[in-house]
Amino acid sequence: MKSLLAPGHRGCAGCCDAMAAKFTLMGAGEDCIVVNPTGCLEVMTTPFPETSWEVPWVHSLFENAAAVGSGVEAALKALGKKGNTKIVVMGGDGASLDIGMRSISGAFERGHDLTYVCIDNEAYMNTGVQRSGATPFDASTTTSPAGKVSFGNPRPKKNMPAIIAAHGSPYVATTSIGYPKDMINKVKKATEIEGPTYIHAHAPCTTGWGFDTSKTVEVAKMAVNTGLWPLYEMEDGEVTKVRKLGKNIKPVEDYLKMQRRFRHLFSMEGGEEEIAKIQAIADKNIEVYGL
Amino acid sequence: MKILPGGVCEAGTTRVNKTGGWRTFKPVYDYEKCIKCKLCELLCPDSSIHPKDDGFFEFDYDFCKGCGICANECPKDAITMVLEEK
Repeated sequence: MKSLLAPGHRGCAGCCDAMAAKFTLMGAGEDCIVVNPTGCLEVMTTPFPETSWEVPWVHSLFENAAAVGSGVEAALKALGKKGNTKIVVMGGDGASLDIGMRSISGAFERGHDLTYVCIDNEAYMNTGVQRSGATPFDASTTTSPAGKVSFGNPRPKKNMPAIIAAHGSPYVATTSIGYPKDMINKVKKATEIEGPTYIHAHAPCTTGWGFDTSKTVEVAKMAVNTGLWPLYEMEDGEVTKVRKLGKNIKPVEDYLKMQRRFRHLFSMEGGEEEIAKIQAIADKNIEVYGL
Repeated sequence: MKILPGGVCEAGTTRVNKTGGWRTFKPVYDYEKCIKCKLCELLCPDSSIHPKDDGFFEFDYDFCKGCGICANECPKDAITMVLEEK
């Protein structure tokens, strides 16, 4: 399949965003217009006057990507030019779960025909690994550092797919860059469904999470196989398909020990209890989604 | 490079920026072991692995940053990372 993201971009070696964008474009196809709020993906692919994108692409602010996407869709419809053109908004977890939340809610409530892809690397990587609403429990970031008085981020990850499903979206799915075919198929399905659809793609960041550049896919797969990142599809608010793990379920330690952001859990006193709490999060996912 | 009004850029123009110089380790590809599964081409974050007419692959060292994802994920260990010598 042809890549619609040109090389020469400034993403780190082993960049998850570049992979997520490549897979999204493979799923959406050539006839799409991409709206991209501020974030790593935008910064690294478009150092003016260059661009890596081989499809029409618009940059928006952090907070209004879904509103710009809505406008593109409404304009095409008003001009009678919508046809089969897909509107794809690609934002990071900061732009989606925190700053752009209001405009996403508006776009989904108004029912625009667009697909929102959240590329979730679980912190603000572009500005230097600050905590976001998607940062998982006990991860160390520069604004939730682990140390004498803290095990890192004290709050669990926000359940964004559930929030979007509550808007009455016809299709909400979680995916991971560790499973490219799953991601391409889900994006394709989402763009073909009329109405506002949502894809939440888990994307391990080599720089922010602290692992070797060659391990991006390995870490992504481990998140899925521990049950910490369940892959499922929701149609009209109901979970309709789940990627079963069966006997392959791994303990969360296997995932945590691969990453610098969790290394304090293995050296600090009381770390074992914290790991047990993270295992409880995975166990709950396994139970709720029947992994 | 032509700069158009309104901040419009021509598609795919980051190709002027050869990122191959970032590389420390270089992927070396073993044709004997390759089963043409296409996984490396699919995963490469820098779109630097291209299929050839015979179904095998070639690496574009102008852009490969040497991340090593291809070597790490290859199911047949057909790719090894070796220290780059300039």
